Amino acid sequence: MTRPKIQVESACRMFVGGTVSAFEGLSFDVYDNEILCLVGPSGCGKTTLLRCIDGLVPLSAGRILLDGAAVTGPPPRMAMVFQHFGLFPWKTVEANIAYGLRFANVPRPEAASRVARALRLVGLDAFGPAYPYQLSGGMQQRVGLARALAIDPDVLLMDEPFAALDAQTREILQEEMLRILEQERKTIVFVTHSIDEALLLGDRVIVLTHRPGRVRETVTVPYGRPRSLEAMRADPAFGALRARVWNLLRPEIQ
Amino acid sequence: MRPRWARGDAVSTGVPVRRPSDGGASAATVPSAAQRDVQSAAARLRRRRRLHDLTVRAASVCGVLIIWEVGARGISPLLFAPPSRIIAAGAQMVASGELWPYLGLSFRVAAIGMLLGMIVGIASGVLIARVRLLDLSLEPFVIALYSTPMVALIPLVVIWAGFGDGGKIVVIFLFAVFPILLNTYQGVHGVDARLLEVARSFRTTERALWGDVILPSALPFIVAGLRLAVGRALIGMVIADLYTSVSGIGYLIVRYAQNLQIDRLLVPVVILSITGVALVQGLRWLETRIAPWQFAGRDD
Repeated sequence: MTRPKIQVESACRMFVGGTVSAFEGLSFDVYDNEILCLVGPSGCGKTTLLRCIDGLVPLSAGRILLDGAAVTGPPPRMAMVFQHFGLFPWKTVEANIAYGLRFANVPRPEAASRVARALRLVGLDAFGPAYPYQLSGGMQQRVGLARALAIDPDVLLMDEPFAALDAQTREILQEEMLRILEQERKTIVFVTHSIDEALLLGDRVIVLTHRPGRVRETVTVPYGRPRSLEAMRADPAFGALRARVWNLLRPEIQ
Repeated sequence: MRPRWARGDAVSTGVPVRRPSDGGASAATVPSAAQRDVQSAAARLRRRRRLHDLTVRAASVCGVLIIWEVGARGISPLLFAPPSRIIAAGAQMVASGELWPYLGLSFRVAAIGMLLGMIVGIASGVLIARVRLLDLSLEPFVIALYSTPMVALIPLVVIWAGFGDGGKIVVIFLFAVFPILLNTYQGVHGVDARLLEVARSFRTTERALWGDVILPSALPFIVAGLRLAVGRALIGMVIADLYTSVSGIGYLIVRYAQNLQIDRLLVPVVILSITGVALVQGLRWLETRIAPWQFAGRDD
């Protein structure tokens, strides 16, 4: 067994100025090219954990390793997709996607071709010169995804990326994401509060406890790839799996 | 006033403004005939509404001018003047060449004061917002000075800076600087913390942060501050002309008042209000152009 891509070891993060911790004694591994979904009740520090993995916020105790080295700041080959999209409203779609490349020392001609490729990947070829406010929410999050993919990261952190979208758009983007990831294998840590989403997208699902967040159980999703979300939803075994995760989660929700 | 992009002509800039459903983003950029019909109907509706608004405004201006004209004819010319006489007086003053030198004098001083207010206001607004020590120590003073009626300081300014242009510039500067400073401060302070985090996540440098995030998000606030400051600078200009050495526009007004030439007295006043309206509307237009996303979605 090779070394895990990311190792979270007895991680703890206190709330600012408080004595309450968002999560505590939290340990798990993320393997190369897997999609690991984190589900848990609100307030169990999922988003905080993701920010810690990205090196945006320091841990109060414990450590997080990427390829065996401790994360101290945002690593170059890690990119985040935000629940609030996080697009710059004064930049065009193209400029938004090119944003990360400027700090990745990618030469200009290559940056241009990477932006074009990322646009094509998320199906927004025609919208390069548009501004985010001219796009629908779903299209804005495609831009968010394209911006993260453009720097060609090893690790993609996704913080409830589809939570702000309506139900139909969410389903379409879930399928799109799977399609894209067939082409570009990445290691993904995906935070969601939707059990369905976690099971449909993830290879493994970690259920977290209520504050302070700890691993309650890790569920392996017994579906291979490529996946058909429709077929999965129709499978009776999927219903049983979902009931199992729900029963793990229910006592944690207050 | 609705911004230009909202009037449906952004299509001509090559930017697709329609929002196709998420299922077929790439296929949906070519509108079908039915969609084009809907679009042109919507454009016609917008045009009609714009025409309607414009007509109401023009009618209101005309109505007020007519009432003024008719009403003022019944009043002694020593007390009031109708628009027609003001226009005639204005034409005479332009022809005799007495108007522009006085106006030029005042506007030049106002421009210098406003420019200084801009430089100092923007620079110190940015500094106070970004340096915590300055923020904590200076904020009460800034607010106190903003709330102080600047007219009260004019005698002091005259003692320090004299009756001449120097004193006038300081007065106009004091009128203009605080709205710019406060708006800049709020703009820089109010930068979306989430966007700062996005930038950090993508490994921004501290320097790039300014051009990418801080200044673009503060810019609409700064322009709004300029809009407020322009009005105050014009007030400061007239007050400076009346309360320091009487010159420029102030001199014109005082002289014609003493001669009871009300039509001539009102010429610089009308020019001032037209200037104010033009500058404020121009800056308002600029606001919608530099930050169109703040005005997005109003039609939906």
